Amino acid sequence: MDEPLLSIQDLKVDFSTNRGLVRAIRGVSFAIRKGETLALVGESGCGKSVTAHSITRLIPTPPGRITGGKILFEGVDLLQIPEPKLRDLRGSRISMIFQEPMTSLNPVFPIGSQIMDVLLTHTKMKKVDARAKALSLLELVKIPAPERRFKSYPHQLSGGMRQRVMIALALASPNPGLMIADEPTTALDVTIQAQILALLEDLKEKIGMALLLITHDMGVVAEVADRVAVMYAGRVVEEGEVFRIFENPSHPYTRGLLESLPSNPLYKETKRLKAIPGSVPDMITLGEGCPFANRCPLVRPECTLAFPEPTTLDTDHKVWCYAIEEEPVL
Amino acid sequence: MTGLGIIAVFAVVAVFAPALAPYDPLIQIIGDRLTPPLTDGYFLGTDDLGRDMLSRIMYGTRISMIIGVVSVSIGSLVGGLVGMLAGYFGGIFDRITMRIIDIMLAFPYILLTIVIVALLGASLVNAMIAIGISQIPRYARIMRGSVLAEKESDYVLAERSLGAKDGELMFSTILPNTLAPMSVQATLGIGEAILSSAALSFLGLGAQPPTPEWGLMIASSKEFVTSAWWVVTLPGVATLIAVLGFNLLGDGLRDVLDPRLQE
Repeated sequence: MDEPLLSIQDLKVDFSTNRGLVRAIRGVSFAIRKGETLALVGESGCGKSVTAHSITRLIPTPPGRITGGKILFEGVDLLQIPEPKLRDLRGSRISMIFQEPMTSLNPVFPIGSQIMDVLLTHTKMKKVDARAKALSLLELVKIPAPERRFKSYPHQLSGGMRQRVMIALALASPNPGLMIADEPTTALDVTIQAQILALLEDLKEKIGMALLLITHDMGVVAEVADRVAVMYAGRVVEEGEVFRIFENPSHPYTRGLLESLPSNPLYKETKRLKAIPGSVPDMITLGEGCPFANRCPLVRPECTLAFPEPTTLDTDHKVWCYAIEEEPVL
Repeated sequence: MTGLGIIAVFAVVAVFAPALAPYDPLIQIIGDRLTPPLTDGYFLGTDDLGRDMLSRIMYGTRISMIIGVVSVSIGSLVGGLVGMLAGYFGGIFDRITMRIIDIMLAFPYILLTIVIVALLGASLVNAMIAIGISQIPRYARIMRGSVLAEKESDYVLAERSLGAKDGELMFSTILPNTLAPMSVQATLGIGEAILSSAALSFLGLGAQPPTPEWGLMIASSKEFVTSAWWVVTLPGVATLIAVLGFNLLGDGLRDVLDPRLQE
């Protein structure tokens, strides 16, 4: 196994609120290798976006605070380096695209000049060259008539177009290493969603960058991810190669997630989708145990006491669950 | 837009006052003193020293426009900068500056202006500075409010994620998005500054004789209010129309710039 591009080790993030301390991330670890797509899956509020924002330290502080762990990018701990050094990485080696393409572009500037700004920030390009590069980026993300669109304002573009512009912005660097896509297709309709995903995959191959894809859509995961990390209430509960997770989901939560999809064979028989009983725990009152314990069909006494150590099922398939030894590993 | 039309007329008069005015505003023709309007070639009559009222009001336009623009520039630049820093960085700087602003707002506007002029000494320049300082709080408040709203928006986070520095975020990302409310307030502020400078000059704290300033013109001829109505009334009417013009322009700008009021 080669050295991972990004490796997150036991990351912990707290938010102080009026009601009390929210321990949003309670020890998240995963790694992404060069050129790989890792999907971070989980329901709303489980800490996917907080994890993603922590990587480049974009958590609003206060109220947020990274209280522990390491984020190694090419061997450098991003939590230790000074702000200016990190800023140089943002947008050049690590870039992000966001969920809401409608509001993620500055409304008062034409898109072309926004892309040029990023280029001029990170390189010593001349204006003419930056313009040419910006045009070629618009072309790369398959925006029709880039010459004409160059002077368009964000409100003149559709959601899908704006997300393409966001991707172009994220690619506006000489040497992109990692792209973090925070639910890039959630706000888009299904046909556009497919186009954007295809574009991301295509670009990943062309440029050879790694992709951290944050999503709650298992369909998207199956389509583009190489590996998956399943998150629940601030913890990673299962991590592994995408086909292993889909074929042999080992954590009760992952199983519940996959069983609740319409593609589950059970759905054909009963015409009813299976749901996970109960709801997500309150992150303020939640104790040290497994956060899924109150909804888990296989719950045991030790589950509520402490979070389990990972069990390695296969090469590159880990699960954090006490009930795992009893399960027949297929 | 009525406001824009009025302001355009005043602006033209201010710029071309030397060419448009029929007389030198300072020349006294004692024999023609207190001539009523529309007689002997004096369109708006003459004042108690025989100076042509029309020419004086035209030159007064110049002074009023300069006062309006200069004091609003002082107020909005200082206030805007304070508001931007307070809103963007928050924390202790925000708390201290906003409490100072609260204290300034606790003084009645004109009283605060008078206090500052009293400290600086009575002159037209000091009046402009005083009016500018008195207007700082409102710009600081508006800017801070807009910045607080804008800095949480997705595009600011997006640009930060692309490696933008604090300065770039403040002045090239957020600032352009706050200009709409600021420009509306600035337009209204010019009207108010003109009014305040007239008031200060009337009280003897602004322009000094023989400057053709509207407030001063009213003050120096107030004893003729029963015998020669025009010397007192006409500068007042000029002030009224100018302030009305700026207020209408401000309201119009707000309608244009606020998308919620557009159909």
